[in-house]
Amino acid sequence: MAEDLSAGNDASASEAVPFWHDPAKRGMAFQAAFLILVLTMGYVLFTITRGNLERQSIATGFDFLTREAGFEIGESLIAYSAANTYARALVVGILNTLKVAVIGIVMTVVLGGLVGVARLSANWLLARLAAAYIEVLQNIPILLQLFFWYAIFREVLPSPRQTMNPIAGVYFNNRGFFFPVPKHDPAHEMMAAAFVAAWVAGLFLRRWARRRQDLTGRTFPGWTCSVLLLLLFPFGVWLAFGAPSAMEIPQLKGFNFEGGLSISPEFGALLLGLVLYTSAFVAEIVRAGIQAVSHGQTEAAMSIGLRPSLVLSLIVLPQALRVIIPPLTSQMLNLTKNSSLAVAIGYPDVVSVVNTTINQTGQAIEGVLMIMTVYLVLSLATSAFMNWYNKKMALVER
Amino acid sequence: MEPLSSEGMGEILSPPATTLGFVGWVRRNLFNGIFNSLVTMVVLAVLMAFVPRFIKWALLDGVWYSSGQGCREAGGACWSVVTRNLRFILFGFYPYEQQWRPVLCVGLFMGLFAFSRKPRHWNRRLLYAWGTGLLIMGVLMPGGIFGLDYIEPARWGGICLTLLLSLFGLTAAYPLGVILALGRQSKLPVVKSLSVIYIELIRGVPLISLLFMASVMFPLFLPEGITVNKILRAQAAIILFTAAYIAEVVRGGLQAIPRGQYEAAESLGLDYTLKMRLIILPQALKIVIPPTVSILISAFKDTSLVVIIGLFDLLKTTQVTLANPEWMGFSTEAFSFIAVIYFVGCFSMSNLSRRLEREL
Repeated sequence: MAEDLSAGNDASASEAVPFWHDPAKRGMAFQAAFLILVLTMGYVLFTITRGNLERQSIATGFDFLTREAGFEIGESLIAYSAANTYARALVVGILNTLKVAVIGIVMTVVLGGLVGVARLSANWLLARLAAAYIEVLQNIPILLQLFFWYAIFREVLPSPRQTMNPIAGVYFNNRGFFFPVPKHDPAHEMMAAAFVAAWVAGLFLRRWARRRQDLTGRTFPGWTCSVLLLLLFPFGVWLAFGAPSAMEIPQLKGFNFEGGLSISPEFGALLLGLVLYTSAFVAEIVRAGIQAVSHGQTEAAMSIGLRPSLVLSLIVLPQALRVIIPPLTSQMLNLTKNSSLAVAIGYPDVVSVVNTTINQTGQAIEGVLMIMTVYLVLSLATSAFMNWYNKKMALVER
Repeated sequence: MEPLSSEGMGEILSPPATTLGFVGWVRRNLFNGIFNSLVTMVVLAVLMAFVPRFIKWALLDGVWYSSGQGCREAGGACWSVVTRNLRFILFGFYPYEQQWRPVLCVGLFMGLFAFSRKPRHWNRRLLYAWGTGLLIMGVLMPGGIFGLDYIEPARWGGICLTLLLSLFGLTAAYPLGVILALGRQSKLPVVKSLSVIYIELIRGVPLISLLFMASVMFPLFLPEGITVNKILRAQAAIILFTAAYIAEVVRGGLQAIPRGQYEAAESLGLDYTLKMRLIILPQALKIVIPPTVSILISAFKDTSLVVIIGLFDLLKTTQVTLANPEWMGFSTEAFSFIAVIYFVGCFSMSNLSRRLEREL
């Protein structure tokens, strides 16, 4: 009845009033005008730009990607030389960005979590210290922090000839940080395989333990056992292969160290700056998340006789994580986006590689588009992953 | 009722001395339990190891007003790099004898900011005061009228550039952000999707890519013969960037307004413009004042990125100072000084934001 009435009303109204008083039609007209305006502006910009490009004889299109890049890149995860193409240089840049972002995110979450918990500590000194850490690092621009760490690494650390040698085989100097690594051995591949196998076994073990608990009520230390598996199985394989323990120790050759694992001052400064800056924000998020779980929850859990460790892992953390994860995601994205500041201290991330490309080819539009695409894809991928995780952690209501 | 007297009752015992006063406080806050006592000891040991060394380096051995050579001989912190180059670091290439103008601008800004901290000062007069203040800054910096020498924007630098970029950036980005937020909440699909695309696109990319756009792409968009100053181009990039973030904050405010307010406004017969202007926006924008201050903080910090496209902001003037052979190698001291400036600015703003959150 009511629907009929309103439909009738609409019909009669649209007949009676002129179209500029009909909200629906007015909306359509407004949208059409808006769209035309945007398209016209786009067209005008396009024409002007094309004219400018022709006048300055700048090429367009992505053909340059297949040409020889002709510039060296300081550090790379894949084989690269100046004779490779721009496309490969771009891949090197993207991989370098991913490297610093992934390592940075893991370290940030760990450090931020620790500082956030310390901020809530009953220990006055520790809580004050954590608060100072958060305030100082949040309120200084990340770029300034990067410059600061880079300057310290370049100026305060000694030259390779007077290198610092805190532990045998480990060298810190202004060319980087050098660590010994185990010499390559077939045992390592087998250990990696053992690690994966232990992981899968742990997965099945925990599933079996949960099912048994559901059926019989008897508990089984699934987590402890899987962690032990993860540690012991690769260790056993290592022993079985005769415990190969030869180390590759960095050696001073000429003006620099060679061999072992090396971390360049650029990468070190970028990673340190990003991790310290972002962890201050993460600490605040963690603190807010823990405080969001009401005290009654903890008391209720203790009153049904759960041990403190179980109170934390079964009651407090799952609820806190629900509050923590959405803002944590945006901090991870911030870290990834801030890694673009690498260009300021000379770490060859994607922005820095594209910047060189723009300077050499003059194709600024394509260059900026490539930078934007890379970060948009990274952002969308991270938020897709986090949405999936969020859904998994979401409150299951009866 | 008569006051109770202790006469005839047992003697009233005071609590044990170990739970009172300083000793009690220390026991409660630092040594309650084995774990906490251990943590306290470790933290104290670390502080003991570093703080005296830092004080010796920074204060006792520090050199406050010497040449670069004097610094190298002293061995402590070289604060001379700051004191001897202070005016260049703060004002860049702004002509030396005209530097009272940027000083006045910064003073004006700090005065206005200090006055605006109290919500009871918020009225139309304050808005006019800010308008006048921005106008005076806009006239004072370039000059060219009232007998002031014209100083081309290319020579502006240091703290003024940082302040101008963030202040004008936020002022211009605010209306744009509100429009974008309204667009995103709009029922018209074309307007809505274009707003969403703009906001998500900008929020998905780093500010650096927009600044690159401003420095290398904008010139290609302009008709032949027209050039726009690099500072203005960077300013445009900062405005476009900040607007997307403001839009998201304002959207939060719009969503927090109960539906009843929208419906009540509509039932009064107000059209969209009146409904938004008189009913919704005044309430929504008030809710989002604290997060807006946070955006101002980010904008203030983010302006430091213009150093990458070669503008002479606070960071760049410091770098230029440090590139001088006399002062080479004293980055720690110079960057610490800049860090203190940024910290004081951001910390006072974030305190304000937290206070407003409690009060509003």
